[in-house]
Amino acid sequence: MPMSDESRVKQLLDRSFDALLPLLAVPLAFLIGAVILMVMDVDPIAAYGVLITGAFGDVSGITQTLVRTTPLLLVGLGIVIAFRGGVLNIGGEGQLVMGAIATTVLVLSLPTWPGWILMILAMLAGAAAGAFWGFIPGLLRARLGVSENLSTIMMNAIAAQFANFLLAGPLMDPLQRELGSFLPESARIPRSVWLYRPIPQSSLHIGFFIALIFAILVYIFLWRTSIGYRIRAVGLNPAASRYAGINVPYYEALALTLGGMFAGLAGSFEVLGVHHKLLEYLSSGYGFSGIVVALFGKLHPLGAIPASILFGGLLVGGDKMQRVVQVPSALITTISGLVVLFVVSSVIFTERRARRRKIHG
Amino acid sequence: MGDLFTLPVLLGIIYSGIRFATPYLFAAIGETFSQRSGVLNLGVDGMMLMGAYSGFFVAVKTNNLWLGLLAAALTGGLMGLLMAVISVTFQATQGISGIGLHILGLGLSTLLFTTTMGGVGTIGGFPPVRIPLLGEIPYIGDIFFNHNILVYFAFLLVPVSNWILYKTTFGLQVRAVGQSPEAADTLGVSVKGIRYITVTLGGILAGIAGASISIALINVFQENITNGMGFIAVALVYFGAWRPTGVLFGSLLFSFVNALQQWVQLKGIPIPAGMAVMLPYILTIVVLAFSSRRISKPAALTKKFERGES
Repeated sequence: MPMSDESRVKQLLDRSFDALLPLLAVPLAFLIGAVILMVMDVDPIAAYGVLITGAFGDVSGITQTLVRTTPLLLVGLGIVIAFRGGVLNIGGEGQLVMGAIATTVLVLSLPTWPGWILMILAMLAGAAAGAFWGFIPGLLRARLGVSENLSTIMMNAIAAQFANFLLAGPLMDPLQRELGSFLPESARIPRSVWLYRPIPQSSLHIGFFIALIFAILVYIFLWRTSIGYRIRAVGLNPAASRYAGINVPYYEALALTLGGMFAGLAGSFEVLGVHHKLLEYLSSGYGFSGIVVALFGKLHPLGAIPASILFGGLLVGGDKMQRVVQVPSALITTISGLVVLFVVSSVIFTERRARRRKIHG
Repeated sequence: MGDLFTLPVLLGIIYSGIRFATPYLFAAIGETFSQRSGVLNLGVDGMMLMGAYSGFFVAVKTNNLWLGLLAAALTGGLMGLLMAVISVTFQATQGISGIGLHILGLGLSTLLFTTTMGGVGTIGGFPPVRIPLLGEIPYIGDIFFNHNILVYFAFLLVPVSNWILYKTTFGLQVRAVGQSPEAADTLGVSVKGIRYITVTLGGILAGIAGASISIALINVFQENITNGMGFIAVALVYFGAWRPTGVLFGSLLFSFVNALQQWVQLKGIPIPAGMAVMLPYILTIVVLAFSSRRISKPAALTKKFERGES
């Protein structure tokens, strides 16, 4: 039946409203943030001004933003894949840490190897370690029915303790130990394996561009390959997928493993591109922020790109805001939490409208 | 190694093992109610942080620990109510809602602490109360009957919640709502009402759990002071098979291993403490692996409920 122009316009408006609804979460969260700022006796416009110019105002701000974007995007991609496969990966934190550990250990134990081979091997090791850390919860879910919500949290704790153990002992920088500082940090990795920084005097490393390419690849993987198609089918409707002969637990486990791989790669890049050593609190919450990014990017690999740039910018701008107008950067964490809560709460409205559309034709 | 097995050290480990089970007990038993009614709240850690902050803040400002405890319970209850609105009324996916709540609690508690207090040091927390007669028994009295009041409350909560869950109408309704919301609804039980109560109760207990850290156990507040204890509490509910007694066992296990590790560090005993701390997490995974198929979780856990759908 041909649609009238009026109903077509109405449908378009409806659709765009559905698409925009989650986006409202950010201004709404910032509005609440502004109220908090006013209670704190800080001018919100001045504070947000510093936030935005700090993150995006000049080359230094933008490059720093993109440095923070990189792990957010990679972890976010991993969470998108898991989500599309119907599993919630809360283990990004641990997977990232394991990736960083594997990278550091590999690089430090093969000091005579040529830089570029070692660099590639180190990335692969990081990705593999993260994948392994995602595979265990995947396997436990597939074979024994263990909820990945819990196992990934436990895996986070184990990875954090493992890192602490290594940094307090076997991996602690021998030089620092001799000096008696006992700083929980590893030795520096050789300059030959550092990720290339294309812009002079900036910390932006090529890991960011690799992450962008991966976002596109994940999109192609999920929407243009049969494995990706099955992962999405499993996530959309496990019962129907089972009926269609898809091995549901297998694809759920695969989604968690691939998710872990990206988080592991993020950890690898943090070591090779940013810190050049393993240190405590390396992850600084990327595992959770990655969930925010994935959710805000509408669980789409390409949506994760702007989402990760936005939240990367918030992290950088938040630090500047703390220095310039003395607003604790925890405000950014608070706003991120609100964004998640608003986005998940908005889903019901989209669903209700869709149902109404179905009923009323 | 010899150092570890002296009487004072062993007594010390048991004493702190019992003491530090307190936050786990409060938080995990609160979460037990929530999950028994079908709501998985992963935001326990955020609620605990808010409780720890508000308890500390009010106790410092008013010089009254009980007011601090009350503030923590109220703040936790509000966070629980927020979770209930989001997961019960708005029917949002429970896993992510909880993560959002955690991030909010982590950010807000740090933000409020930095702006309202900056860097206040410590507070004189709830003092130990020696129970008459029982407290006089040599060794036993010191270990079991000379704790601050919140420790006693936490352990009393186990039989009390057991009684509520299994012997009262309310407990039956909670279990019914978590097992089969449609059937409970048919029988006239308000599914959403029960879930609002349990999730809010979970929040209140999580708030008290946080305060037990900041004004009774270590008596300071700092950024992310719970360090993931709230997440452990969620896992303890699974670990304890959704029973308060099981939760008690798990809480003691975690807290004893932590106590052991702290004493080992304190005494400089050369055993790899870093490896030992991983054990309870690994053990939890093993327990989950062996029990997930055998022990039935509340059938409606994480499932949203809307009348006329299913």
